[in-house]
Amino acid sequence: MKKVRARLLLLLLVLLISIVCFLPSFPHLYLALPTWMKSIVPNKGIALGLDLQGGIHMVLEVDEDRAVEIAVDRSVVAIQDLLVEKKIPAESVKRTSPTRIVIQFQNADLKAQIQKLLDEFPTFTEVDSAGSGNTIAWELRETESKRIKDSAINQALETIRNRIDQFGVAEPLVQRQGLKQIVVQLPGVRDPKRAKDLIKETALLEFKMLDEDNQMKLDLPSRIPKDREAEVLKQAEAKLPEGSQVLFERAVERDTGREYRIPYLVKKRVMLTGDVLSDARVSIGQFNDPYVSITFDAKGGREFERITGENVKKRMAIVLDNTIYSAPVIQERISGGRAQITGTFSTQEANDLAIVLRAGALPAPLKIIQDLTVGPSLGKDSIEKGVRATLIAGAVVIGFMVVYYRLSGVIANFALVLNLICLMGALSALNATLTLPGIAGIVLTIGMGVDSNVLIFERIREELRAGKAVRLAVDGGYDKALLTIVDSHVTTLITGVALFLFGTGPIKGFAVTLCLGIAINLFTALVGTKVIFDIINQRHKVEQLSI
Amino acid sequence: MLEILGKTNVDFMGKRRYAFLFSGIMVVLGIIGLIQIARGAANLGIDFAGGTAVQLKFDQAIGIEEARKALETNGLGNAELQEFGQENKLLIRVKASTTIEEKTAEKVVSIFTKEFPGNRFVVESSTEIGPTIGKKLQSDALVAIVISFAGIILYIAARFELRFGVAAALATFHDVLAVLGAFFILDKEITLLVVTALLTLAGYSLTDTVVVFDRIRENLRLRRREHEVTMVNNAINQVLSRTIVTSLTVVLVLIPLTLGGGEVLHDFSLALLWGVIFGTYSSIFVASPLLLLWPGGSGRLLKRA
Repeated sequence: MKKVRARLLLLLLVLLISIVCFLPSFPHLYLALPTWMKSIVPNKGIALGLDLQGGIHMVLEVDEDRAVEIAVDRSVVAIQDLLVEKKIPAESVKRTSPTRIVIQFQNADLKAQIQKLLDEFPTFTEVDSAGSGNTIAWELRETESKRIKDSAINQALETIRNRIDQFGVAEPLVQRQGLKQIVVQLPGVRDPKRAKDLIKETALLEFKMLDEDNQMKLDLPSRIPKDREAEVLKQAEAKLPEGSQVLFERAVERDTGREYRIPYLVKKRVMLTGDVLSDARVSIGQFNDPYVSITFDAKGGREFERITGENVKKRMAIVLDNTIYSAPVIQERISGGRAQITGTFSTQEANDLAIVLRAGALPAPLKIIQDLTVGPSLGKDSIEKGVRATLIAGAVVIGFMVVYYRLSGVIANFALVLNLICLMGALSALNATLTLPGIAGIVLTIGMGVDSNVLIFERIREELRAGKAVRLAVDGGYDKALLTIVDSHVTTLITGVALFLFGTGPIKGFAVTLCLGIAINLFTALVGTKVIFDIINQRHKVEQLSI
Repeated sequence: MLEILGKTNVDFMGKRRYAFLFSGIMVVLGIIGLIQIARGAANLGIDFAGGTAVQLKFDQAIGIEEARKALETNGLGNAELQEFGQENKLLIRVKASTTIEEKTAEKVVSIFTKEFPGNRFVVESSTEIGPTIGKKLQSDALVAIVISFAGIILYIAARFELRFGVAAALATFHDVLAVLGAFFILDKEITLLVVTALLTLAGYSLTDTVVVFDRIRENLRLRRREHEVTMVNNAINQVLSRTIVTSLTVVLVLIPLTLGGGEVLHDFSLALLWGVIFGTYSSIFVASPLLLLWPGGSGRLLKRA
């Protein structure tokens, strides 16, 4: 007799815990709780998957090779600077392969002098240039190339995290996956395109001088339509002076709103990069046009002052990801470590620009290799349909069980409800994510939940037919069905676990609900309904079982 | 008590030849489907094949032919279109030949904005999957399948005898292949969700088989004298009502899910629904007869009991 009471207590305890765990999933109910209860109840409920609340799931890949190239390109500039500083008249410094720099010079006597410079670039080794005596080839060390690749992904991760934090998304997920992939999940994002652009933008800010001396010779058009850049580049290619390149400014006609491009000849040498920024903010100019004001850090400020001082009356291009934002004339030496980026952009674009500048540049371009975007309307739709299907399914099964097994069917239905409450409780306790397939998993649990009871009831019926007394028939039914039930549950559990281990996203959600549902099922079928049968048998001498 | 079936005495084993013929056909279809998948010729969903899918919801009805024409004139002639009921929803799928860098999703959106200016729409979902991810998902799915099957065979073999394990596993294979075959014939898309459904139905179909096998094993212990065929027949008849009722309850929940669960869950629930039906059939007509095919005869039926 005591055993029955103990089991009943266990059952009630489990029920209570489940309800407590489930509470936070209903915000208004949860908020209405008295404070002392809130401190006991967990504060997180079931999270909705991206397919239910809308949002973005992206997998990005860092272009590591490009990161190495960019690093080597920086060294090229540094070598050029050093050569100028030491007054060594080298002819050219070029990157000839992703990791190789070749320095060319007229006079073979310079060779020893240049070779000595290698001391300043310990990440390179000299390789046999196999050509004339007038070239030297440096190769990036293998270890350094590996280090760059490693740090590229970490830096990208950090940068994306920063940007998303500033963009403002509730519960974002930014995670490394495997060697060079980054998973980004942004639940509930309203403007997916903007968020994607914000993440993907390399945001490499550079200050470069215009090559005004050569601009005339090149005979560049003053403005071109926005899709004709390639032609201009091709025409200019032949006459392009060493160390300069053509970049375009994006501009918009004020009256018509039509976009066009202004080509400029820009010196390749980078005067300053966005690394030295300490802040970037949006401000509104006198014509109500937004601009981004940037603040340099101490070192950057000094540098900027020097550069502007040396280039008064010359034009400096502010370049972001190889697009010129503006190319103002430097009127005077600028001290104080501040500058403005003006250009043609909306307030939102200026905002996003400020965000990416604050968060820093990506070390290399990112490739999107997977992108799932679900709009909020579909998510809402899915929940409604899912809930409706669940309710209908539940009603149909409950009705069937009552009609077919009568009072015993009611007991089975009680187990079913218990089952659902426990499942919800368990999902909340694990802070699991409910996905659309997860809802399907719950529905499937409804169907399979009553199965255990069907197996038991059919056994009991069999025992009754064989002429056994009610009590013995019930016990016998449970005993004999036990192994069948365990076997059938374990086999389904095996597939559930396999799905959990190898599934991604929504599939994982399905696997979680399936596995939990099965485990809880086993409990409610073997403990839940049996207790009720036992209580009924204890209280009344049952002559006939309604089954 | 209310009973769907009274005491039955059907000679199921006597009909096993027809069952084997039917099952054989379904399995062959399934295998063809499998080969087509391996060759990449099957109707693989973009989650496996890579590509782009965009689902749009329009304010007014949109003709599928007009939509196709609009896409064709703008260079997306290879897109597949699918409508959803009365809700003015349109699903546009472009498979692997494109890469994400081409921004197919954005292109689709701009085409519809340009070609149907009077009909506003929202992007309900857009999915772009690079070919490398598709490959990874394919291999992950394969590993999941292999592991769950191995686990199931081991478990059943441990709980019963080896021949039960093998028969149960073969019957399960049969169910999965039959559903795959049905999907193949109807040219339905094999997506990640469908594969998930196939695995789930593998687990479920075993449940049914276990119920029947349990009774066969029990009868083997109790009634050693009976002829093997009679014994299996009796066992099936004894558990017939529970086999049918348990399947019925699952079918009852899957029907509303298939009909009203929304477009995402439709194929998933459909695969499960067929799976449950095939699973019930196979536990009677495939798994049990396979036991009889096992060489050794009735003398060795009860090796370990």
